[in-house]
Amino acid sequence: MKLDFSVVWNNLPILFDGMQLSLVLTALALSGGILLGAILAVLRLSPLRPVAWFAAGYVNTFRSIPLILVLFWFYFLVPLIIGRPVGPFYAALIAFVLFEAAYYCEIIRAGIQGIPRGQRAAALATGMTQAQVMRHVVLPQAFRNMTPVMLTQAIILFQDTSLVYVVTLYDFMTSAAIVAQRDLAIVEVYIFAACVYFCICFTASRLVGWFKSRVEVSR
Amino acid sequence: MIAVQQVSKWYGDTRVLNGCSTTIAKGEVVVVCGPSGSGKSTLIKCINGLEPFQQGRILVDNISVGDRATNLPKLRARVGMVFQDFQLYPHKTVLDNITLAPIQVAKRDKTEAEVAAMKLLTRVDLEEHARKYPAQLSGGQQQRVAIARALAMNPIAMLFDEPTSALDPEMITEVLDVMIKLAEDGMTMIVVTHEMGFARRVAHRVVFMDMGEIVEDRPTTDFFEGAVSERATRFLSKILQH
Repeated sequence: MKLDFSVVWNNLPILFDGMQLSLVLTALALSGGILLGAILAVLRLSPLRPVAWFAAGYVNTFRSIPLILVLFWFYFLVPLIIGRPVGPFYAALIAFVLFEAAYYCEIIRAGIQGIPRGQRAAALATGMTQAQVMRHVVLPQAFRNMTPVMLTQAIILFQDTSLVYVVTLYDFMTSAAIVAQRDLAIVEVYIFAACVYFCICFTASRLVGWFKSRVEVSR
Repeated sequence: MIAVQQVSKWYGDTRVLNGCSTTIAKGEVVVVCGPSGSGKSTLIKCINGLEPFQQGRILVDNISVGDRATNLPKLRARVGMVFQDFQLYPHKTVLDNITLAPIQVAKRDKTEAEVAAMKLLTRVDLEEHARKYPAQLSGGQQQRVAIARALAMNPIAMLFDEPTSALDPEMITEVLDVMIKLAEDGMTMIVVTHEMGFARRVAHRVVFMDMGEIVEDRPTTDFFEGAVSERATRFLSKILQH
């Protein structure tokens, strides 16, 4: 079998557009997921039982549903409910944010609970309010400790964005599949796609390792 | 300045404080001692509201700590506290550890807060470590930073919860020296400690606790030389033996 990689070269613009969508979706879903996840984590740790239960219910629900179902849901069902189409990009983005938030909530909650109680007591003793203690003492430490886990989750998210083909979005993987089938270069294009995913994810996970060692040294 | 009136506290069914009463006047240094589990740490944590209590009253500068209407952060800002395990913020430099509350709570200007912090660091003999992180300091140095951090809010009184218990023996002196200086400057202090040498030297009064009760509360010389209760005598003989 002779491999001809010129097909990849000739279709770089399409593949590049796909990669752009993958990266933009990852970045937006990551930011939204962390933001919503942080709010959910604070709710989950609330002393008010119903509030904590609500957040726990949210997390457990989303962690029990496959991502692809959440994507379908927002693409097909939500437009039926609100009476107008959401558009594939926003449907996917909302689905990813809501889905990732459940995972980030758990990561952030564990991070907050990992900060010794004595830190809180010491900060409270200087006259800070609960909110100030959270903002200046607990959260900065918690975020630093959980950055490696968050980055790992971001890598998973990046790979998961390839699922958006079900809502007719052209991400990197979908673009590759289209090129592969159209130009009958399945082997070449899929090898290339695998290499690209590997390069990005491997670099990112090395970054996680580097960050981890830094966090551990500064403790 | 600080009045503890018939304070009792329970953890579930376990009574950890039992009708504790004492008063601390302005400028007074009081050492609280007693066997472990006697409630001494719990008692001083009740004074700045870090621990709730179910019965009795605590007044700090005539403000009732246990009162629901009391603004606890405001009250705590005026009472410094030093912990057994230092509890410096590991993600902040020594200087930032000290200036955090003055900037965030007292809303002081950053430069002004830093100038004041440097003065405090000079006072605890650590000015050259201002830019370091807590992990780069020894236990004794960390505890002195913690004292500086508590002093940065210009407290009307200082609470010390076993400040030297977590330290290696060779570092205890440097921390006690800072505390002695503070006492000599007229700071109102409540110190939970087993350092009886410190008690003898600077304390005006010694409070002895056992099983959640204040058993002895008398002037220092009286406590060490006068007739004391059997429980206190037993405790003293145990810790002074060596």
